[in-house]
Amino acid sequence: ASRVMVASRNYADFASEATFEIKKCDLHRLEEGPSTTVVMTREEGLHYYKTMQTIRRMELKSDQLYKQKIIRGFCHLYDGQEACCVGLEVAIKPTDHVITAYRVHGFTYARGVPVREILAELTGRKGGCAKGKGGSMHMYTKNFYGGNGIVGAQVPLGAGIALACKYFGKNEVCLTLYGDGAANQGQIFETYNMAALWKLPCIFICENNRYGMGTSVERAAASTDYYKRGDFIPGLRVDGMDVLCVREATKFAAEYCRAGKGPILMELQTYRYHGHSMSDPGISYRTREEIQEVRSKSDPITLLKDRMVNTNLASIEELKEIDVAVRKEIEEAAQFATTDPEPPLEELGNHIYFNEPPFEVRGPNQWIRYKSVS
Amino acid sequence: QALDEELERDERVFLLGEEVAQYDGAYKISRGLWKKYGDKRVIDTPISEMGFTGIAVGAAMVWLRPVCEFMTFNFSMQAIDQVINSAAKTCYMSAGSIAVPIVFRGPNGASAGVAAQHSQCFAAWYGHCPGLKVVSPWSSEDAKGLLKASIRDDNPVVMLENELLYGVPFEMSEQAQSKDFVVPIGKAKIERQGTHVTLVSHSRPVGHCLEAAAVLAKEGVECEVINLRTIRPMDIETVEASVVKTNHLVTVEGGWPQFGVGAEICARIMEGSAFNYLDAPAVRVTGADVPMPYAKILEDNCIPQVKDIIFAVKKTLNI
Repeated sequence: ASRVMVASRNYADFASEATFEIKKCDLHRLEEGPSTTVVMTREEGLHYYKTMQTIRRMELKSDQLYKQKIIRGFCHLYDGQEACCVGLEVAIKPTDHVITAYRVHGFTYARGVPVREILAELTGRKGGCAKGKGGSMHMYTKNFYGGNGIVGAQVPLGAGIALACKYFGKNEVCLTLYGDGAANQGQIFETYNMAALWKLPCIFICENNRYGMGTSVERAAASTDYYKRGDFIPGLRVDGMDVLCVREATKFAAEYCRAGKGPILMELQTYRYHGHSMSDPGISYRTREEIQEVRSKSDPITLLKDRMVNTNLASIEELKEIDVAVRKEIEEAAQFATTDPEPPLEELGNHIYFNEPPFEVRGPNQWIRYKSVS
Repeated sequence: QALDEELERDERVFLLGEEVAQYDGAYKISRGLWKKYGDKRVIDTPISEMGFTGIAVGAAMVWLRPVCEFMTFNFSMQAIDQVINSAAKTCYMSAGSIAVPIVFRGPNGASAGVAAQHSQCFAAWYGHCPGLKVVSPWSSEDAKGLLKASIRDDNPVVMLENELLYGVPFEMSEQAQSKDFVVPIGKAKIERQGTHVTLVSHSRPVGHCLEAAAVLAKEGVECEVINLRTIRPMDIETVEASVVKTNHLVTVEGGWPQFGVGAEICARIMEGSAFNYLDAPAVRVTGADVPMPYAKILEDNCIPQVKDIIFAVKKTLNI
């Protein structure tokens, strides 16, 4: 037997933390913004890296499974935008609330649902986080309310959650996300009005990935300064490709809300590598060159990796080990998602109501009946 | 009274809607409540149905128990996405992990002289959707008992009130006046026993059915009048048992005929045990199939009147 000695760095060689300069946020109705000098510890960096990489690989695996027709229906992938959901999550507490639209897999993972349950939900199996009843667009967990398919509808819901936070007096906030396409929905403006009027602890977050499906922001919005669209609501425009920018801005916004000052708005400038959904190749309304440029110059994971390596927070080998571990986790999750059985037919009628005695539900004809248990 | 009692009983209950607080309610349903409970529990909203309905649904997802008032259900059309896609379907989509204990209430259907855009009946539209419960009170007892039951229910409930009924007094028993009087959702009530024909109705037309029954009784025809009380889940068993007894069925509703409540009752009767007991085809009395006109003579002829019910009964009994 031969033993191979792999040269390794002693972990005591690494720095425990490093200071970074981040981009200044554009401000609307705010005197000051988040700090541009931030500290990241080694643990934080490794955590952000692993989380973003997990989301990246999970989305790429979903792409693969969709092309193999193991995932059906709608599938809206988040790769490229990882810094947003990770930066947001690490800036708030688990007791805070998050609601978003349909590009939801990253948030679902960040909020604590294991990859295998996400993938199994995509493949429509009983081990999915919604038992196969919801699919790609309808994923939920504690303090995470989806997963909403109707563009913009989640925004009033988020303000309602914020209203409940204020009502119960628990100093919690609600992150209410929507895209650049949804930003033109009337109900969002109705919500801005009520949130400001009632000083709801709601952080409105516009994930501006430059395209609402196939329509660029210039073609959809008379004003593309989404962080200003809240008018009387203060806003900040944030570099959504930098996880530290997102983290700092979110901390700033959460502090603002928790102080009882009312709602605040953040625009995260980000980018999605995939098309709008799996049925959109994503190159009819934008150039391959543009996508390539973002990948090479602004990729959130690469940005973090370079930062960590350059400041001796981690080594390339260490990060590669994380990559390997992540790939393994995704493979196992995909294995589960493709072998777990579909929900039993009895499940069809369940969960129509909550806390209700069992009753019967009609099937495709009057003789087929399903039991509904809640 | 129901609102007052439920606001007192559970501090998670709150009321929101246009003019519900300082104006005492557009139809005075929430009179005195803002004075008693304050801004936190009774909230005036701007005229933003889609927005405030979504806010109410979001609050319900975190276990508040909102009562969301639509000044009339005609305006609920602007918010119907939140009622159906955000409220009704969420328990199912989340496999039971998120509940939406909300009540949507307000006046529904025809009023008097308010014309087409303010007179639509939404019983069929909301009754169509799984995940919702839909109730339609007639008497004061119904109104109080069903509202309390709806507020206590952990599911989204649409309560279709009637503006013209707000001003009609009804007798209430001692029991009905107590703080825990609840009318179960999903159970119809037989308002009048009869043997010759079954009249099934909901909301204001129940009163018309009883008037028709009184007139017909003088001619020796005894009508059994059923007040559905709940549109979804519909208590078809009570209707079936009655049809087995009387062998004749007339449904009465204020809404339009096509795809209406009466159509559903007839379909279910056909599918069930009562079909073999029918001596004549079931008959529907409904609102006229037109947008509601304004002129009184036209409006009167678009709403099912007592004479229309009597005519239908006589037709079905062939007398």
